Amino acid sequence: MLQGGLRGALNQSVLEASGPQAAKVEKLWWFAFTTAAIVYVLTMAALWWATRRARRRELRGELLDDAYAEPRMTRGVTWATAATLVILLLFLGADLLVGRTLSPIPKKQPLTIELTGHQWWWEVQYADTSPHGRFTTANEIHIPVGEPVLFVLEATDVIHSFWVPNLAGKKDLIPGYTQSVWFQADTAGVYRGQCAEFCGLQHAKMALQVVAEPRTKYEEWATKQRRPAENASDPTASRGREVFLTGTCAMCHAIEGTSAGSHAGPDLTHLASRRTIAAGTLPNTRGALAGWIVDPQRIKPGTRMPPNYLKPQDLDALLTYLQSLK
Amino acid sequence: MSDRTTSVDYVPTSEPYDAELAELERTYEPHANPFWAWVTSVDHKSIGKRYIITCFVFFILAGLNAGVMRLQLARPENHIVGPDRYNQLFTVHGTAMMFLFAVPVMTAFATYLVPLMVGTKEVAYPRLNAFGYWTFLIGGVFLFAGLYTNTGPDAGWFAYTPLSGPEYSPGKRVDIWAQVVTFTEIAALVAAVEMIVTILKMRAPGMSLNRIPLYVWSILVVSFMIVFAMPSVAIASTAMLAMDRLVATHFFNRAEGGDPLLWQHLYWFFGHPEVYIMFIPGLGFVSQIVETFTQRRVFGYPVMVLSLFVTGFVAFGLWVHHMFATPIPQLGRTLFTAASVLIAVPSGIQIFCWIATIWAGRPRYATPMLFALGFIAVFTIGGLTGVMIASVPFDLQVHDTYFVVAHFHYVILGGVVFPLFGACYYWFPKITGRMLSETLGKWHFWLFFVGVNVTFFPMHLLGLDGMPRRVYTYLPEMGWGNLNLIATMGAVTIVASVAVFLVNVAKSSVAGVVAGDDPWGASGLEWATSSPPPAWNFHPLPVVTSRAPLWEEGGEMPVATGLATDRREVLITTALDAVPDNRHEHPGESHWPLVMAIAVGVTFIGAVWNPWAYVVGFVISAVAFAGWGWPRGTKPEDQVTTGRLPSAEAR
Repeated sequence: MLQGGLRGALNQSVLEASGPQAAKVEKLWWFAFTTAAIVYVLTMAALWWATRRARRRELRGELLDDAYAEPRMTRGVTWATAATLVILLLFLGADLLVGRTLSPIPKKQPLTIELTGHQWWWEVQYADTSPHGRFTTANEIHIPVGEPVLFVLEATDVIHSFWVPNLAGKKDLIPGYTQSVWFQADTAGVYRGQCAEFCGLQHAKMALQVVAEPRTKYEEWATKQRRPAENASDPTASRGREVFLTGTCAMCHAIEGTSAGSHAGPDLTHLASRRTIAAGTLPNTRGALAGWIVDPQRIKPGTRMPPNYLKPQDLDALLTYLQSLK
Repeated sequence: MSDRTTSVDYVPTSEPYDAELAELERTYEPHANPFWAWVTSVDHKSIGKRYIITCFVFFILAGLNAGVMRLQLARPENHIVGPDRYNQLFTVHGTAMMFLFAVPVMTAFATYLVPLMVGTKEVAYPRLNAFGYWTFLIGGVFLFAGLYTNTGPDAGWFAYTPLSGPEYSPGKRVDIWAQVVTFTEIAALVAAVEMIVTILKMRAPGMSLNRIPLYVWSILVVSFMIVFAMPSVAIASTAMLAMDRLVATHFFNRAEGGDPLLWQHLYWFFGHPEVYIMFIPGLGFVSQIVETFTQRRVFGYPVMVLSLFVTGFVAFGLWVHHMFATPIPQLGRTLFTAASVLIAVPSGIQIFCWIATIWAGRPRYATPMLFALGFIAVFTIGGLTGVMIASVPFDLQVHDTYFVVAHFHYVILGGVVFPLFGACYYWFPKITGRMLSETLGKWHFWLFFVGVNVTFFPMHLLGLDGMPRRVYTYLPEMGWGNLNLIATMGAVTIVASVAVFLVNVAKSSVAGVVAGDDPWGASGLEWATSSPPPAWNFHPLPVVTSRAPLWEEGGEMPVATGLATDRREVLITTALDAVPDNRHEHPGESHWPLVMAIAVGVTFIGAVWNPWAYVVGFVISAVAFAGWGWPRGTKPEDQVTTGRLPSAEAR
């Protein structure tokens, strides 16, 4: 059931970097972790030693002697403070270094993707100098391996946050603001990302997938995405197209090449080419699709998509049509 | 320790003294009807006790919220609660823990302890103190009433706009949140003002600035922080957010020229100092406990005090580190990173000083001391991860993930709750006259220590593994199930430890070992009076000649006499050297603070449904004001007096 869907798409770890930016942060983390671990062990050892020393002395019945203790305490606290300062400044230096190397995008005209956050899905628009080159998809981003990709981030409703941990840190999508972030995937693969700013009922199920593939494969995919949907040839699919265009579907979803042009929900022109549906929640299988169409509120309570009461044969035709949108 | 001074040693037992005590008894006599006495009380100890108990009730309720959340997250795709309920649970958990527990419980303890620790008879502005408590109580009940009627706020304890705005949070849930914040802000602000005045103007003669106990210093620092930090969120929530929602202003609406980021700045300008407002009093608790249980003054007093002040100042320069993922100029971010890293220094210094004190002292491992040591072990982890997330690149990876959840629970449980439990064991004998059970105390400590670490340590790993905060569920394929299950088992352990604590309190307050005035052999003035203290705390007033008055050689304490006993007179001393300056008569019992709090309640609760409530509330509060300030009349013998004391009389 999971083939081509969720399995293999579970890579969402800060510590399995697949791009230069995440890799630098991963190194910074290991540096910080090692230092912190040493500091913690030393502090606890000092505390332990302090408690034991007193006990030993108590056994010997020694009295407290300020003349003995005061200068030693002063020295101890001073050295510990000095060491703390040095470590903190080292860390600050490492942080600034990493911060500087991460900021500038290392390419003049990178592939640019406009990402818009919606409650609770991602609208993905590939920018192009010519209008014919532009295309729109949702919840799945294909990028060429080894090239920096620039993301222009916007939101139309509430604040969301774009985060693909294996590739780079997060950036907020804020209504009325335009921010940008870039990253690069060094190895081909599927990387999962998830909204990281609380955005309401289905914040938990607002995921996306980044598919990094060789340039040629990416070009192939992009060329296909630019095309409008093919006219349904087999009769069931045609019937499904009818259901789509005459039912409620077309009120929210667009399919290029048909009269459905609303952008309230994800663009479905090439739905069948995607690995998941419902913003990374379900694998893109016939069964999952059927369940989602009939009762989305069961899968994502609160989602903007209403339940659809379709006759069995209509549902069947609709599924066939949607699965033909390669 | 029995050879050291207690109140019995320095109190002269002569006939005129007995007559004075009898007169004080009459002056401070509460109303005959116990309920009315309770309603009208302005005694800081009575108010402090009910404040502490109220805060713990909210702590338990908010903790139960967390328990349900942990059960829901124990398995992937769990169905114990849905997203709607879950969002209410985590919002109310955060809001209640911050606004109804962590900050006010510190206020509550300060209300009880500070007047005793500085050696005065009452808190400054006793009626205001009562008003603060009633306001807080109304606000807290309102929040949980909302939750239990399925109208609980659900936009997070940070209530980011536009999610919390009228368009994306219709209904009354967020309005309740905005008004609850207002109630708690009022309570915190009035308490801060009382504390500042009590500490600066009402200290016992001789308690110059360099003799103030470290806990009292910590309260002074946070009180100033409250005065500067709280108005920011009060303006943002009560004025701007509530007006956006209620009367359609557009402070945070980008489309109409408002700005959603304005909310974040105003909120975190309060929200970050808030963290320090919570745990600086915890540092104060630890200093008092370490001093008593090592039988040695805390090493580096001036450095300790300066550290508190530095923390208090720098805390106002960190707020943007909650906003690194928003559009912030690079230079600005660097500044906030540097400040966030360097604030670790004063905390580090204090930890080093405590370790040095333990090294040089004679530590006894009673339960309060265990909690102080547990504090060092847990809080240090939170501090270290705090330094990590000050780094912008690293923060952008773990911001809004469970790594941050782990971080701040280590800070807050370590820096607030461990010292707080320690303080409960330490001062319980003073408050009730009975000791808490040590056996149950040790069970409580170890269960809590294990529970906290088992719950929150795995969350670091979950965050690094990509699990975001504030999610009601997660897919089984993410592989987060096992760590979440472990965290849930830890939460069960925490529940058990708190249950042990409650049993201990219940049992010990009836059948605990009777404590003397000074069961721990401590050094501070609060141990110089009886347990529990009389309504007037001290008579005659102690005179302080050192930083550890009860540890003075010779075992005798000088006292100051001359305050009237036929009225509630307190001694006002100078701010720096605590030289007696004048005598001030305090007002007695009154029901007007409660009436005033009800007026505030009518105003803000009513305003959730109708803005005209402001007008109604204004009228009621005008009446309450008049009653509150109604002239008491002046006794004939007082009409020209300036009431200057000759000087502190040493015995």
